[in-house]
Amino acid sequence: MHDILFLTELVGLKVHDLRGRGIGRVKDAAIVPLIDVNRVDRFLIGGGLAWFSIRHDQVRSIDLDGIHLSDEKLTPYHADEYMLRIVRDLLDQQIIDAEGRKVVRVTDLTFRVRHHHGHPTLNVEEIDIGLRSIFRRLVQGALPRRWVRVLQQPIPPHSIDWAKCNILEADPMRRLRLNISNRLLEEMHPADLAEIVEELGPDDREAIFSTIDAEMAAETLSEVDPGIQASILESLDTEKAAEIVEEMSPDEAADALTELERETAGEILEEMEREDGEGVRELLGFKRDTAGGLMNTEYVTLPHQAVVGDALAALRRDEDLLESLNTLFLVDERERLTGVVPLARLLLQESATPLVSLAAETAISVHVTEHQDRVAELFDKYNLLCLPVVGEHGVICGVITADDIISLLRNE
Amino acid sequence: MSLLRRLRYQLAIFFSVVGPGFITAVVDNDAGGIYTYSQAGARYGYLPLWTLLPITLLLIVAQEMCSRMGAVTGKGLSDLIREEFGLRVTFAMMLALVAANLTNVMANFAGIASSLELFGISRYISVPLGALAVWLLVVKGTYERIERIFLFATALYVCYIASGILVKPDWREAAVNSVRPVLMFETGYITLLIGMVGTSVAPWMQFYLQAAIVEKGVTAKEYAQSRVEVIVGCIVMSVIAFFIIVACAGAIGSAGPRDIRDAADAAEGLKPFGQYAFLLFAAGLFNASLFAACILPLSTSYTVCEGLGFESGVNNKLSEAPIFYGLFTFLVVVGAGVVLLPGFPLVRMILFSQVLNGFLLPFVLIFQVLLVNKPRLMKEWKNSGAYNFVTWVAVTVMIGLTLTLVGITARDMLK
Repeated sequence: MHDILFLTELVGLKVHDLRGRGIGRVKDAAIVPLIDVNRVDRFLIGGGLAWFSIRHDQVRSIDLDGIHLSDEKLTPYHADEYMLRIVRDLLDQQIIDAEGRKVVRVTDLTFRVRHHHGHPTLNVEEIDIGLRSIFRRLVQGALPRRWVRVLQQPIPPHSIDWAKCNILEADPMRRLRLNISNRLLEEMHPADLAEIVEELGPDDREAIFSTIDAEMAAETLSEVDPGIQASILESLDTEKAAEIVEEMSPDEAADALTELERETAGEILEEMEREDGEGVRELLGFKRDTAGGLMNTEYVTLPHQAVVGDALAALRRDEDLLESLNTLFLVDERERLTGVVPLARLLLQESATPLVSLAAETAISVHVTEHQDRVAELFDKYNLLCLPVVGEHGVICGVITADDIISLLRNE
Repeated sequence: MSLLRRLRYQLAIFFSVVGPGFITAVVDNDAGGIYTYSQAGARYGYLPLWTLLPITLLLIVAQEMCSRMGAVTGKGLSDLIREEFGLRVTFAMMLALVAANLTNVMANFAGIASSLELFGISRYISVPLGALAVWLLVVKGTYERIERIFLFATALYVCYIASGILVKPDWREAAVNSVRPVLMFETGYITLLIGMVGTSVAPWMQFYLQAAIVEKGVTAKEYAQSRVEVIVGCIVMSVIAFFIIVACAGAIGSAGPRDIRDAADAAEGLKPFGQYAFLLFAAGLFNASLFAACILPLSTSYTVCEGLGFESGVNNKLSEAPIFYGLFTFLVVVGAGVVLLPGFPLVRMILFSQVLNGFLLPFVLIFQVLLVNKPRLMKEWKNSGAYNFVTWVAVTVMIGLTLTLVGITARDMLK
């Protein structure tokens, strides 16, 4: 006897009482995740008309020939909300493979048999998804279990570690009772999670976005296809949606909101904190295919006379921005753009050096109403990483970065 | 707005309305469909035109359910069958689908061969080139580009409308027969009517449409628009079928009714009415065959991989989705290859595919109705009582006719 057992082998296994009489066959097995996320807690047995359930510690032995019980107590089965029933709730359903970053369909499960206080327990070890498990499912019940084990050998196995699987459950109450967290998803890269989310149905999408933390949700949502973005935001309650949109960068937030119905977008804006809401509102006023529609409002400006020391102090105040920032802008007393300073040039300077001396020779900028094609041309022509956007009288009002242009070109 | 901008705007509107529902319905007129409609016109003239109205209704009912399910659940039909009915059922269904669609692919490569032979191009050149084109288009192109090419191809179906008009048919006769049912108790006629229904709803379409709706990200809220598109698509499909029948009725049926060998034979029959009628008909056949030869293998691979849980999608690399691309390549290579085999019983295979389709369709439709009525899946979008009644009637009629067709075809095959 190997120390593993497949679900396809467990289902239909004969159950014997103390005197060795057959009393029924295994129909399903249940985990109670609040107690133990791996161990099969109950076996559901069908014999005659009714189903009954057997606790894991009532089992004396378990192998390919059957299950032998260690006592006579049989409890009638009744639906229990704390049970995750493997055949009903997991088999043939979609789950997320957090390590492989894919949505997969459960074809079979592998249990490891462990001995615990003198009785054997089944512990879910892997989710099986490949051809080998399909073969087992197809011949299940038609061929003897031992033959199947031999015959499957030439087919390569394909399984996923149970610890790396994230179960999908759309009902929030059930998620609590079954102790399903989306912790594994929060550890993924937002771009990977976005791809997964796109593959799922609307209910599962909503469930994921309402449970993961707002920052991760915002980063993920920014990566999702615009149409799906809108349907996700619409499905969430306004409060949660506002919380997520707040965490997005203003230009991405504005893009997401323009896809929504006017009314829904308005409600979300109402719900947002004033400061964030206003930035987004401003951007919403621009046409989508213009520089104004492309730009975001996350940039740092400094007075024309400022020195390197001032710049460093300003950056310390705005640490959130650092990750994506590569340029500083110099402005006069009326906020008109006067110079562009590449951030990297600060590195080698004394703190008293005036920023003007570090500015690029020509300050290229673009007007808010300029068409996006022209903006892309400028990026290409001058090899830009970012491009300031100016409004009336040359007042700076936003910045377009290279990643905006990449998404623009890819969408074309 | 400048003229160019306005044109671009109108094209954008066209492409936003024309989508999965439209493509599916139009591809329905593939080589097999064109043959059936040509035969109808050539043999019985304008008489069978009345069937198009009920066919359109049946098609709309079947297609509407699929697209609604796709929009509400966000899952493909094979996904849902797998989740609700288990792996064995899904596997058996996929096996039958692959077999049926393989023969459908053969029929369409045969359509490519015979349509280009009308232009004097040998099948030993056209079929391998066609297969290569199909393969490269799908494997090397991204999904968005493919869809645009497909949409462009739907525009080429106008060919049939043009050739129908060029033949100068008797429009009064055509109009009267479109609404006046004529039943003759003649085996050939009955078989033909059933055949027309049989070719109009194929199992693969149901899978393809639902998957395409999901792929496009249509949500339950936006569904109303897709419903319009499905209905428009079905009507357009019937309009094209109408013109095919009319062209053959005007050219062949009213001059000297006869049976035709294949769709290319019908094109030949149009020759007396001018080079253009002939050319357009032949070009339409080529376009339809190539179009279906692209979509059928692609949709089959999608459906099978989804249902059985393999990685799928043209956005994956070859190494990431080996089974998906493997199955696709198999369908294209075998589907095209057999057309070149001398002495291969092609006609028999195509009849066989009709039988397989016929056996599969009842299961697909019944699963569909069962699924669309599950409150857990469909919530407030499940069928209403009255609509359910209509659906069951439509499904029963379709199953009845399809099974009759299976019986007739099987009898012919054994003869």
